[in-house]
Amino acid sequence: MINMYEVNETNKMIEQENLDVRTITLGISLLDCIDADLQELNRKIYEKITRLASRLVETGEDISKEFGVPIVNKRISITPIALVGGAACKTPEDFVTLAKTLDRAAKEVGVNFIGGYSATVCKGMTQADELLIRSIPQALASTERVCSSVNLGSTKTGINMDAVRLMGEIVLETAEATKEDDSLGCAKLVVFCNAPDDNPFMAGAFHGVTEADAIINVGVSGPGVVKTALEQVRGESFEVLCETIKKTAFKVTRVGQLVAQEASKRLGIPFGIVDLSLAPTPAIGDSVADILCEIGLEYAGAPGTTAALALLNDQVKKGGVMASSYVGGLSGAFIPVSEDQGMIDAVVANALTIEKLEAMTCVCSVGLDMIAIPGDTKASTISGIIADECAIGMVNQKTTAVRIIPVIGKGVGETVEFGGLLGYAPIMPVNPYSCEAFVSRKGRIPAPIHSFKN
Amino acid sequence: MKKTIITVVGQDTVGITAKVCTYLAENNINILDITQTIVDGYFNMMMITDTSMCSKKISVISEELDAVGTEIGVVIHAQLEDIFTKMHRI
Repeated sequence: MINMYEVNETNKMIEQENLDVRTITLGISLLDCIDADLQELNRKIYEKITRLASRLVETGEDISKEFGVPIVNKRISITPIALVGGAACKTPEDFVTLAKTLDRAAKEVGVNFIGGYSATVCKGMTQADELLIRSIPQALASTERVCSSVNLGSTKTGINMDAVRLMGEIVLETAEATKEDDSLGCAKLVVFCNAPDDNPFMAGAFHGVTEADAIINVGVSGPGVVKTALEQVRGESFEVLCETIKKTAFKVTRVGQLVAQEASKRLGIPFGIVDLSLAPTPAIGDSVADILCEIGLEYAGAPGTTAALALLNDQVKKGGVMASSYVGGLSGAFIPVSEDQGMIDAVVANALTIEKLEAMTCVCSVGLDMIAIPGDTKASTISGIIADECAIGMVNQKTTAVRIIPVIGKGVGETVEFGGLLGYAPIMPVNPYSCEAFVSRKGRIPAPIHSFKN
Repeated sequence: MKKTIITVVGQDTVGITAKVCTYLAENNINILDITQTIVDGYFNMMMITDTSMCSKKISVISEELDAVGTEIGVVIHAQLEDIFTKMHRI
């Protein structure tokens, strides 16, 4: 039988160390909504989302109360809209009407984000893909809760550099279109290489075409729990360190697994995966950077950071896979800057640069995330940063992503405030030298040699 | 049987157990096990209960016990047992 020590340990994790289930994300396929008539398409999308997700928020809150664990976000991911809207949308403005419908549906069912205003263009762009991409700035400026992502490359296909070049411009246009809100639109836009089909985390969540009609995916979190556990093993060997992270990740993931199964049962929708990510928030004590410091670094970004992060990421996965039979999504440590107080401190102390963050993305689960850069950064430079990240993902057969925010009207030394879970960020300097001639080349970067496994 | 774990933590005072047990009795909740300690005047109690005969949802019981706790100056949680067994048992 369960004892008081164990009960207190769990409740301490929840109350003092910010253990929570970060998101229950309902994945919904919109493939059966496809229609050549735009008005009809909008109607079908709204109807399907509001029908399937009508009890999502309420169910999440019930589970949260019954188990006493916070479930911070209830969200929806949908089939990439470029696929759904292709038959009906002839202009970027047509796609924007779909974004507005998604926003309306999200508000109706009470979710705080809906992800999947997306296109997958790893090898080439269809006309619909390109129209959708060109509509992103307007779509994000005219909606509140819609998140957009574009998959630009994969280990199997190489990198679509035409799309990379276009996305550099789109990121800047999105920043410009939302400059009144400190270019907030860019916080809802992410580009990927090797994007997973079942990621529950925003802004990159979408419901891949390999998925069932509807599915429940759950993202857990708990950097604070790992940090507190590591406080007990200061100065101990790597073996003890790794063992401690593994055990903690196991416990955290089991909570996610439980919540996922409960949500699936109550909503009558199959369970997909648990995403084992350590996702920080701006709250004190909920930081991945603090874990790195606890492992032994003065600041995140100091020499040794990449090794410490590699170790952390691997142990989180090893502990997590034991706790759930179906893990997926991004699964690992997230290293956003604005959403992590320890990362912000490291940037302010000049310990952390974009180049070091890039190195860290080689071993973490995602990529350059929530990084504010000067608003006068050139589109080609942003494309260059995106291409670098994609190359890391492509060659290492892992997911990488870029979510950077060129803050229009602001420069290095200034700070930008996004609010809520998105936090605030000091604007980081970008390498000033040009890559214009490189990104101007047409076509795509071929898939690496180790992709030929057939 | 659906087991619910009730924890009570806070400054010790007269009548904490009585208050909690009164609520449980009124709501047809059976107590299966109680563990209780006081360290430095700090009250710590865990009850394993059976809520299957109670007509209220666990979320409602949880909210009402929270209110009882606020009244006597302690923190009371009611949580389904699964969260603890999943976390601490393989």
